[in-house]
Amino acid sequence: MLQFLQLLASGIAQGCIYGLLALGFVLIYKATEAINFAQGDLMMLGGFVGLGTSVAMGMPFWIAFLATLIVMFLFGMLMERTVLRPLLGHPSFTVVMVTIGVGFLSRGMVTMIPFWGTETHVLPVPYRDQIVRLGGQGNEGGLVLPTEHLVIIGITVMLILSLYLLFKHTKIGIAMKATSQNQLAAFYMGIPVRRINMMVWGLSAAVSACAGLLLAPITFVHANMGFVGLKAFPAAVIGGFGSIPGALVGGLIIGVVEMFAGFYLPEGFKDIAAYVVVLIMLAVKPTGLFGENLRKRV
Amino acid sequence: MRFLFKTNYHQDVRLFKHGGQIFWYAALAVLLLAMPWLMPEYYVSQLVFIWIYAIVSVGLMILVGFTGQVSIGHAAFLAMGAYTEGYLQQLGWPFALSLTFAALVSGITGIIVGLPALRVKGMYLAIATLAFGFIVEEGVTRADGITGGNSGMMLGSLDVFGIAIDSEQRMYYLCLIILVLCVVGVMNLLRSPTGRAFVAIRDSEVSAQSMGINLAYYKTTAFALSAAITGIAGALYAHKLRYISPEQFTFLQSIELLIILVVGGVGTIYGAIFGAAFWIGVQQLIVIAKDWLPPAIGQQTGLQPTIFGIILIAFILFEPMGLYGRWLKIRTYFQLFPFYRKGMFRRQKSYMKSERMK
Amino acid sequence: MKPLLQVERLSIQFGGLKAVENVSFDIWPNEVFSLIGPNGAGKTTIFNMISGLYQPTSGFVTFEGEKITALPPYEIARLGIARTFQNIELFEHATVLQNLLVGRHCHRHTNWLQDLLFTPATRRAELQFRRTVEEVIEFLDLQHYRDQMVAGLPYGVRKVVELGRALAMRPKLLLLDEPSSGLNVEETEEMGFWIEDIKHDLGITVLMVEHDMGLVSHVSDRVLALNQGEMLALGTSAEVQSHPDVVEAYLGGADEDQPASTGAAA
Repeated sequence: MLQFLQLLASGIAQGCIYGLLALGFVLIYKATEAINFAQGDLMMLGGFVGLGTSVAMGMPFWIAFLATLIVMFLFGMLMERTVLRPLLGHPSFTVVMVTIGVGFLSRGMVTMIPFWGTETHVLPVPYRDQIVRLGGQGNEGGLVLPTEHLVIIGITVMLILSLYLLFKHTKIGIAMKATSQNQLAAFYMGIPVRRINMMVWGLSAAVSACAGLLLAPITFVHANMGFVGLKAFPAAVIGGFGSIPGALVGGLIIGVVEMFAGFYLPEGFKDIAAYVVVLIMLAVKPTGLFGENLRKRV
Repeated sequence: MRFLFKTNYHQDVRLFKHGGQIFWYAALAVLLLAMPWLMPEYYVSQLVFIWIYAIVSVGLMILVGFTGQVSIGHAAFLAMGAYTEGYLQQLGWPFALSLTFAALVSGITGIIVGLPALRVKGMYLAIATLAFGFIVEEGVTRADGITGGNSGMMLGSLDVFGIAIDSEQRMYYLCLIILVLCVVGVMNLLRSPTGRAFVAIRDSEVSAQSMGINLAYYKTTAFALSAAITGIAGALYAHKLRYISPEQFTFLQSIELLIILVVGGVGTIYGAIFGAAFWIGVQQLIVIAKDWLPPAIGQQTGLQPTIFGIILIAFILFEPMGLYGRWLKIRTYFQLFPFYRKGMFRRQKSYMKSERMK
Repeated sequence: MKPLLQVERLSIQFGGLKAVENVSFDIWPNEVFSLIGPNGAGKTTIFNMISGLYQPTSGFVTFEGEKITALPPYEIARLGIARTFQNIELFEHATVLQNLLVGRHCHRHTNWLQDLLFTPATRRAELQFRRTVEEVIEFLDLQHYRDQMVAGLPYGVRKVVELGRALAMRPKLLLLDEPSSGLNVEETEEMGFWIEDIKHDLGITVLMVEHDMGLVSHVSDRVLALNQGEMLALGTSAEVQSHPDVVEAYLGGADEDQPASTGAAA
């Protein structure tokens, strides 16, 4: 039983990471119908920026955290402005490929940073190696919850709540929803569509950076960190494309299933667990858990 | 400027539209046949890679370029073809038979991978193909009884109808012949109802259905054919490298295949071939450039992904029609000289209107 | 003589919205039947149900005596029902000729392997298709545009290509969705003549959705007026256009401007 809870807790924490990435992904998709294959690499960049601010520049961790979010927000805006805006109106395949290009470029450039790029680094977080023990006696037994996992879950929850409030109650959030449904009409309504799109990309990049910083204590910071992000896509599909709560739920499902598969199933199943789940979901309910029914009107 | 006067239906249906085309293609054929004697062995070897990648690209083009279905797990079919060929060769099967079987196995895998396509489209389909790609990769690694798992599989020397393929020149001709056969096959498809059905599905599924096209049947056929051709390339790939392992068929490889398509130009067979040529060529250039550049840049492992990323982004932003598109523009410029106008190939700008809310 | 198409108590519901409710009508061979009504009346929805793109929640569609309600769209096309679309659904990255050739798809008898090898059977079929399609091109005067990509063509021409593609199927029943929308006066008149020719020369039955009352009066044998998914009036063009319910819901009140045909009758 204890093992079960232990796995569940780890699975939820890992799932939050996938959920955050899937969330960033769905944000962009809802706003611009673009598929951002560089989501994982944005996470990796976030990790490295965090590394830079906290190690190289010596800022205290939470300041560095905030600084990273801001820097990546700006990077996301820059990405939209330079490579995505010229592609307004192009078929979605083209947009996917350009994000793949950005991913390659990011990985390559980071690897080329002298002395740093090719190494694996440890991000100095204040709660590293700490645990919270539930039950048990003294220093033995009970449910062991690494603080890193608790921080991940806590920050994810805070982030989801803030985003929910953003979209429901602020003008910018409503503007983002409007742009995602009908760009031309949004233009006519006086919404600065291009600026909104930039902000959505910035937001998405910041969310990914957050995921990167949260993940860093577990996987360490290295140039190939972004491949973890590939599992965000099945997560988004399982939750249903275009659904923000769905992205998180999808992530959690994958995180938990992975943990259990790794423990109870033979070797190798852990890596493909996410993909098997998504195929099952597509067979059973193609639009995902919370997804919308897409139908072209003729 | 050339004016084509069509006087009978045969002209419309033929592969070569006019005498000029026949002349140029004949010249190209002579050049290609003579290449192995004109170039040092190392470059002939690279050309073999170009032919193999061109076959893969033609296969992928059927699916992505002509039928409009996304596939980001295509390396899986390459793997199926390669491993089937390797395994059957170990059993002693003759090449002709094992190649056919490799195509068959890949084709069947294609049908399975294509099953989600019958229910979902776009992004959902992309993720499904991605999922299959990973599952096949893992499956190949786990089935180490057959495939040798992570330690890979060695292939014996190749023998086609009694002729030993033991030199780069012979491999060159073998791959070239198979490439030409595949290209002719696909061009035949395109000028026949099957190919038109593919294009119809790409451009408008709703009206394709209303014209009597059974979407499920044609999408499955597209996946099967695409996978089969890629499987054939996989078999050749296995023999070229003499050694295959799961690491050669990863997600990154699938992405590289897509990049080849984008760089070459999506939607035409020429694009597939141009793209393959460019891809191998660029990698050679990087190898050469590494000797010229200062070690600080040249010796970086990150150099290749950086350059690939820049190339991909540059092509999409500045030449979305790919290399073939650029070639078309240049050729049209000379054909229409001096009447060429700058905006001839401009695409119409359109605003995104979400199709999700309907 | 039996009706070519029978629509019985057809209804469809999207969630809580009853888009079409209890619509019934018959179409006889070789007539031109029009559906009129305000936007949102369910006209295109009825088309979509007949051609198989939507499944009705209740009711039947019978074609030549056989129930076709549950058939998929491609089967319905093979039985001989062709349609055009309100917002043109052409194959943008193909030439006009290739678009029209797709219309012959129902009549193919080669499989993919024969196509791959381009056997003599495929070649013969291809030549035959081109002959048939050429007749359509001649009928609609599309020679000038035969080898041009659809993507660059003007709107009026695309509408004609859309019609041509449906005609290339040699259907028994042709569903035209707003054939004159977006066309100017001249082009609309031409469309009217073509519809007449389709009826008289080609012997094809036409069911069309239309807003242009002039065109409706000119070519229709019978008209059905719909409003909010329900039937309002069924009869000849003059009968329906002067029916008080139709006038109120769609054509305008008694003291507003009348369309020329009703003005002349009054």
